[in-house]
Amino acid sequence: MIRKVRPHIVQNEALLFEESSPGKSGYQLPTLDVPSVDPHLALGSGNVRDEIEGFPEVSEVEAIRHFTRLSTWNYAIDLGLYPLGSCTMKYNPRVNELVARLEGLAWAHPYQPESLSQGAMQVIADLESALLEITGMDAITLQPAAGAHGELTGILLVRAYLESQGNPRKRILVPDSAHGTNPATASMAGYSVQNIKSNEKGMMDVEQLAGLLERDDAHDIAALMVTNPSTLGIFEEDIAKVAGILHAKGAMLYMDGANMNALVGLTRPGDFGVDVMHLNLHKTFSTPHGGGGPGSGPVAIKKHLEPFLPVPVLKKVSGAWHFDYDRPQSIGRVRAFYGNFGVLVRALAYILAHGGPGLRNATVDALMNANYIRRKLEPHYDLPYSSPSMHEVVFSDDRQSAHGVKTGDLAKRLIDYGFHPYTVSFPTIVHGAIMIEPTETESKRELDLFIDAMISIAKEIDTDPKSVLQAPYSTRTTRVDEVMAARRPIVRWKPDRSSSQAAD
Amino acid sequence: MSTYPEHFLYTKEHEWVNAAGDIATVGITHHAQHELGDIVYVDLPKIGTHVEQGKTLGSVESVKAVSDIYSPLTGEVTEINETLASAPEKLNEDPHGEAWLVKIRMSAADEIKKLLSAADYQTYVGAES
Amino acid sequence: MLAACGIATAEELYAHLPAEAKLNRELNLAPGISEYEIIDFFQARADDTAQGYASFLGAGVYRHYRPVLCDTIVSRGEFLTSYTPYQAEIAQGTLTAIFEFQTMICQLTGMDVANASMYDGSTAVPEAAMMAVRVTGRAKVLVSRVVHPEYREVLTTYARHQGMPVEEFGYHAETGQLDLEDLEAKLDRETAAVIIQSPNFFGIIENVRAAADLAHKHGALLIFVFAEAASLGILAPPTDADIVAGELQSFAISPSFGGPYAGIIAAKEKFLRQLPGRLVGQSVDTNGNRAFCLTLSTREQHIRREKATSNICTNQALIALMATVYMTVYGKEGLRELAAQNLSKAHYLSSKIKPRFTGPFFNEFVADAPGPPEDVNQKLLGKKIIGGLALNRFYPELGNATLLCATEMSRRANMDIVAEAYVQ
Repeated sequence: MIRKVRPHIVQNEALLFEESSPGKSGYQLPTLDVPSVDPHLALGSGNVRDEIEGFPEVSEVEAIRHFTRLSTWNYAIDLGLYPLGSCTMKYNPRVNELVARLEGLAWAHPYQPESLSQGAMQVIADLESALLEITGMDAITLQPAAGAHGELTGILLVRAYLESQGNPRKRILVPDSAHGTNPATASMAGYSVQNIKSNEKGMMDVEQLAGLLERDDAHDIAALMVTNPSTLGIFEEDIAKVAGILHAKGAMLYMDGANMNALVGLTRPGDFGVDVMHLNLHKTFSTPHGGGGPGSGPVAIKKHLEPFLPVPVLKKVSGAWHFDYDRPQSIGRVRAFYGNFGVLVRALAYILAHGGPGLRNATVDALMNANYIRRKLEPHYDLPYSSPSMHEVVFSDDRQSAHGVKTGDLAKRLIDYGFHPYTVSFPTIVHGAIMIEPTETESKRELDLFIDAMISIAKEIDTDPKSVLQAPYSTRTTRVDEVMAARRPIVRWKPDRSSSQAAD
Repeated sequence: MSTYPEHFLYTKEHEWVNAAGDIATVGITHHAQHELGDIVYVDLPKIGTHVEQGKTLGSVESVKAVSDIYSPLTGEVTEINETLASAPEKLNEDPHGEAWLVKIRMSAADEIKKLLSAADYQTYVGAES
Repeated sequence: MLAACGIATAEELYAHLPAEAKLNRELNLAPGISEYEIIDFFQARADDTAQGYASFLGAGVYRHYRPVLCDTIVSRGEFLTSYTPYQAEIAQGTLTAIFEFQTMICQLTGMDVANASMYDGSTAVPEAAMMAVRVTGRAKVLVSRVVHPEYREVLTTYARHQGMPVEEFGYHAETGQLDLEDLEAKLDRETAAVIIQSPNFFGIIENVRAAADLAHKHGALLIFVFAEAASLGILAPPTDADIVAGELQSFAISPSFGGPYAGIIAAKEKFLRQLPGRLVGQSVDTNGNRAFCLTLSTREQHIRREKATSNICTNQALIALMATVYMTVYGKEGLRELAAQNLSKAHYLSSKIKPRFTGPFFNEFVADAPGPPEDVNQKLLGKKIIGGLALNRFYPELGNATLLCATEMSRRANMDIVAEAYVQ
């Protein structure tokens, strides 16, 4: 029985270009207080464009209706649980939105005089020090724009350090359970990738690793990139040992901080041997996903990597904050300016709101919620690894696929029950993975609705598997044909194509 | 159960070869397209490319996965099947016929001897599935 | 809950952590504070940062008025708190808006295809360069010295580990435009791409066609970069380019001390499968209704892993949405009028302060300060005006030159004050 949702009519809406009418507009510019300049004279006629063909022309009302209607077609955290593993879809506190918009912070130009930017620079400094305390690391850069960007920065730091030691080395080890950005990053940094298998506990195979580090070519290994807890939600119990094995051969341990929501306040990567790591502020630290970004991917490091940090580095000179560019060993810039400052403000607000004990409580609640789900769903879904789950749990679709229903289909049926799907088919080492991370945000009530939904779907699959195969049934659009989208890519609107099929 | 043309030869990586003189037409088998699911794109080498037996000559994509195609023979690519660019689904519909991938001018004709016969390939995929 | 989990205390949830890893103290962070105190905290930081100043800074970050509607829309929880639209059936709002965004970027830039945004303009440049390398099979890129200095720095960082040599070509001391002779001298069969910016960092408009012709003559691609998106309202779109990489901060995105912004990559149709980042495509659902979904995912990291076109995962969806609303509010006529106002404002200022270069410009130009730039800027600060950027930090050869930007928000009275300060 579906308890969380009920059908409701939702407005249709075409594309802006289809609703445009010549001459309509939603803007009003003030009258010029200076003489108007003829663009042809000022720029040269060859440099002046004709009209922007096809560009929208709608009134303000049409604009607000357009986007408001579109918004009603989306699911969101504000509407309910996202059980997405490793995404940490927690509540996005609204006060964070307010403080990010304060005039002095929102309108600060990165090139304005430092003497007029001390407040903004203090925000950066405050966040840096809070994150260092949380991670147990020695230094940090807030420059990277997202997790993957942070990974690249982190691996470039590894490379720079090894180069300074005489040999950048050739290979990076990546567990088979890793997120796709890890090997992609290693490649972008000029390294080849070697996979490490996971063992039956769902952790890295430390024997295999030790073996690799014993071979003659061990000095080719620059680093191991590990996610901890792993993408299975399982803490790598031998991580300190792994760090030791790597360090003995001059290699480094990189930690992908995507699962930091399991660790804050309980343990610190800097304390278990991590040399370099990135954080995802849009995961652990509550900054909004906004439909796919912006994020922020700070990189925290141990002291030996400090000289190589991207420029500039914030430091205090004669009692005032100053951006230091005199860093001869720096890897350079990884992006213009200083980082996604607006995101940094939100993350700092989150940390201040929780405080030390609050952050730890949030972590414990996250573990609790995940384990509650695990316990309740274990009788119905196959659990491939019995190791303790931290903030997320991974089931497999083995039982359900025996009836012909795979994790992807199950996920789509979950939509009919009023939820966003869990993470489907990842990590790939689990056949038909069902990866669930509730976060600390969720109340028991919401969790129970989710659990009931998953159990109900399991029953549906037992009794009438075909009924779920074409789910979702109650959404505005049914399953979208991704095959057609890939075979005949249409990635923009064109006027001749505008046979808007049926209702939009 | 699809039959594998008798006069073709096959590889364990699920390619087929139809040799005539020193030109070999190459494609992927029914088994391969079935495993891949709906094919959305085929990446083929340029004409004139030198390919080597066992090395990648291109790839086939479904919505969620990419699979490399390995060259069954060494030689030079003389022709590619242009129709697949606009109709990759042909590879699902007729992998042994209309949806051939490339033609190769073989430079080491006795490589052919190492390929599997239709019967052997049928056994192999029977065993695999 | 504890009972349901089969445990007696919450500690049991993390008891299994190795002893040597456990943190046996509280985090050394102050206890949590209330909403009111949080606002107070940040207000104090805001007060300690320039407020209520007029500004003539541009240099890659522009002060444009942000219509209220932009904030209204992006503040809606369905946009703000939604996830990446992997599950198309419950994300048609985001997907439709991105499809519209991709379309508008194509319309503005004259390209055929555009992605769903990059982190920012500075990182879009190396991604475009990597695209050109993949497409041409060549290794080297040539970049104009009047591309934004920080964009060039980022390109250098990325290029260093890709086996991608980067070489710069210069500009004309008189016009402020890129030096075509220098470019030609450096072009060869190894060049994958020529990267130019227009308006360039000095605000000057480049001869894009000439640069493109030279690049193409040598089999290289032309990558066109823009930092001031508002210029596209009036300037001829770079249809001679193969790839466009740019920054959309001008479209409703707060300067916000450097980020978050949104970059874009757009290109000719034939390069579609080489585009990095997310792409939204049009399709149908099982009832034949038009519907959108993420597409061509096989380019991306989650499938290709080490062979991906890029490691990029996120796009700047919310920021791109802000820009989309902005572009909608202004629309076809508005973007042009906005650009025309910018042009007029800057040319009013340049009628009072002589530009150093003779090339045509949009809303920024270079002018020599009467003495060290710090002096004139200090004087202006006293009048609550932030002056232009002193250029010697990036172009020491330019001495006391400053980069002045005037937008539709610049008031005549303030421009008169600046003009006065620039008089000897």
